[in-house]
Amino acid sequence: MSIFVDENTKVIVQGLTGGQGRFHGLRNRAYGTKVVGGVTPGKGGTDVEGIPVFNSVKEAVAATGATASFVSVPPKFAAAAILEAAEGGITFIVCITEGIPAHDEAVTYNRLVEDFPGVRLLGPNCPGIISPGKCNIGITSGDIALAGGPVGIVSRSGTLTYQALHELSQQGIGQTTCVGIGGDPVPGTNFIDCLAAFEADPETLAVMMIGEIGGSEEERAAEWIKANMTKPVVSYIAGVTAPPGRKMGHAGAIISGSKGTAQAKMDALSAAGVFVCQNPTEAGQKMVEIVRAL
Amino acid sequence: MDLFEYQGKQYFAQFGISVSPGDVADTVDEAVAVAERIGFPVVVKAQVKVGGRGKAGGVKLADNMEELRLHAGNILGLDIKGHVVRRIWIERSSDISKEYYASFTLDRPNKTHLGMLSAQGGVEIEVVAEENPDAISFISIDPVRGLDLETARRWVAEANLDEVAREQAAELLVKLYICYTEGDCDLAEINPLILTPDNKVHALDAKVTLDENASFRHPEWEAFRWSETEDPREQMAKERGLNYIGLDGTVGIIANGAGLAMSTLDVVNQVGGTAANFLDIGGGANADVMAAALEVINSDPKVTAIFVNIFGGITRVDEVAKGVLEALERVNISSPIVLRLDGTNAVEGRAILAPHLSDTLITEPTMLDAARRAVSLAK
Repeated sequence: MSIFVDENTKVIVQGLTGGQGRFHGLRNRAYGTKVVGGVTPGKGGTDVEGIPVFNSVKEAVAATGATASFVSVPPKFAAAAILEAAEGGITFIVCITEGIPAHDEAVTYNRLVEDFPGVRLLGPNCPGIISPGKCNIGITSGDIALAGGPVGIVSRSGTLTYQALHELSQQGIGQTTCVGIGGDPVPGTNFIDCLAAFEADPETLAVMMIGEIGGSEEERAAEWIKANMTKPVVSYIAGVTAPPGRKMGHAGAIISGSKGTAQAKMDALSAAGVFVCQNPTEAGQKMVEIVRAL
Repeated sequence: MDLFEYQGKQYFAQFGISVSPGDVADTVDEAVAVAERIGFPVVVKAQVKVGGRGKAGGVKLADNMEELRLHAGNILGLDIKGHVVRRIWIERSSDISKEYYASFTLDRPNKTHLGMLSAQGGVEIEVVAEENPDAISFISIDPVRGLDLETARRWVAEANLDEVAREQAAELLVKLYICYTEGDCDLAEINPLILTPDNKVHALDAKVTLDENASFRHPEWEAFRWSETEDPREQMAKERGLNYIGLDGTVGIIANGAGLAMSTLDVVNQVGGTAANFLDIGGGANADVMAAALEVINSDPKVTAIFVNIFGGITRVDEVAKGVLEALERVNISSPIVLRLDGTNAVEGRAILAPHLSDTLITEPTMLDAARRAVSLAK
C-alpha cells in the first residue's frame, strides 16, 4: 500500500499553463499519474496536451472528480491557491513553491486547520510525493524510484530525497511511498504525520527519515517514535558542519543559538532507538541491511 | 535579513512605535551635525550586527560636543568581535526608570506566533529564561486572529508591568505585532522597552529580522541593503544571484539543493577535509549558473580543490556538464575539480565531460568517493 495517494488518485495542477507546472504536470502524467485537469484563471476551456484547463479549482473538481492538487504557482499567489484548493473540495494539496513568506504560510496553515480539518497540505517548498508505480505528484524523477516496497521515506530536503531513493533503488530495495515534507518553517505535513501513516501501512516495513538542522521537528519525531513506532527507522540529519545563525539555503534550516543543531537531533533520535547514520550512503547501506534481514 | 539597530528603529517608527529621536553618521562631522539637530545629551551607538556592543566600548554617553567628537572618533573603526564599525547611531539620551522586554517570533512547533514579555528587560532574555523563567510571560497568537488590544491589556498585567506603563505598553505591543506581521518580520524584539521617569513607554533598542521571501511586497526594504564590510566572496556570489555562505576550509563546494549542499559539507568533513563554502545552485541550474558558481569558488584563495556534487532532479546533469566546460573556457580555474553526477540526464552529462577528463577534471561514481578524492587533492 501507499500513504496519502495511490493509483486511483485524481490530480489537478494549479498553474498547469506555466513553465514549471506544464513541465512537471506532463512528466507526472507520463509517469502514470491520473492528471485530470489544470487550473489557470482566464484560461478555462483550453488544454495542455489534452489535459483540460479550468478557470477555478471548483470547476475542475466538479468536472473531473479530482481529490488532489499539485500547486505550482509563484510565491505571491501560492497561499491563495492553496486556500482555493481547499475551498474547491480538494483534500490533498501538494505545494512545491519555494519562497513563500513565512507569515503567509502561518496564516494558511491555521486557516486549513480551523476551516478545513479534513485537508492535508504537503509542503510548501517540497519535492512532492511519489508512490512508485502508482502516483507521482511533484518534481521527483520517477525513474530513480522502485516500486514494490517495503521502505517508506520521509524527508525535509529535495535532493537528499532523490539521493535516498537512488541509494535504495540501486540495491534493488523498493519504496512504498516517498514523501518530501519540505524545508520551510511551517510545513503542512510533518515527520510525525508521515511516520504515523507508515506505521499504519501494512506494506511499509521500515522507514528512512531524512532531517536537517533548524527547528525541533526531528526531536518531536524522536519522541513519537519512542512511544509509538514498531517498525525500524533509519535516519540521516544534514548540517553537522553548518555554522550557527546562517540560513543554509532552506528558510527553515538555521541553527538559533544552541537550538536546532544536527547533533541534538541525532542524539534524540538515537535515544529513541533510531539507527542514525553519518551520511546518505551509510543510511542507504543500513537500510539495505535491515530490509535483507526482515 | 538582519537589520541594524538604526534600521530597526526606522522600521518601528513606520508602524507608529515610539523610539528616541536620532540619526545615523558615518563620520565624526556627521555625528556633530546630528547632535546639533537633536540636542545633548546624546548616546553614541556602534551599528554592528553582533551582541555585546556596550562591553566592547561601542555605546557611549556624550554630554557635549567635545565628548561626542571623542566617542564618535573612537567608536568609528572599532573592531567588535570581528565586526568593524562603519556607522554610528546618535540619539537623544533617555532617562530610564524601568526596563522591560518584548518580542514576537514564529513558534515553529505550534505553527502560531509567540509573544514574549517581561518586566525584567535590559539583559539577555536567554539569561532571564534560564535563571528566572517565571519572569517571562508567553502568549500564543493564532495568525488568523491576530492580537487585539484587550488581549494585550491582559498580557501586560500578567507580565506584571508597572501599572502606569500598562496601557501604553499594550498599545505599543499591538503596534509591534502589526509591524511583525504586516512588516514580514521573522523577529521583532525590543530590549529594553523602557519606562521613563515621566511615565512614557518607548523602544530603546530594536532587533529586527526580515523574511527575505516577502521582499516582493516590500520595495522599501531596498534602503536597508546597506551592509557592514562583507565577505568579498559572499558579495561576489550575491551579485551573481547565488546562494553562498563563506566558510574557512580548502575544499570549494558546489551542490544542487540545500540539503545536498549541507550533506556535502558534512561528508567532506567526515573524510578529513574542510569546506571552503556552502553553495546551493538550486533547482534547474543551467550552464551560466554553473559557470558563475565556479568563478566565485575560484576567487577564494584558500580553495585548493573543488567538489561539484550534483543529483539532478529539475537540474539536468548535461547542463551542469556544459557549464563546467564553459567555465573552464572563460576562467582560469586554479584548482582541480572533482565531480559526482547522478540523476536526470547523468549519462549524457558524463558523456559530455568524458573527452575532457584529466588530472584536474575528475569524475567519481559516488558522493563518498568524490569527497575522498577532493579532500586528498586539497592537501
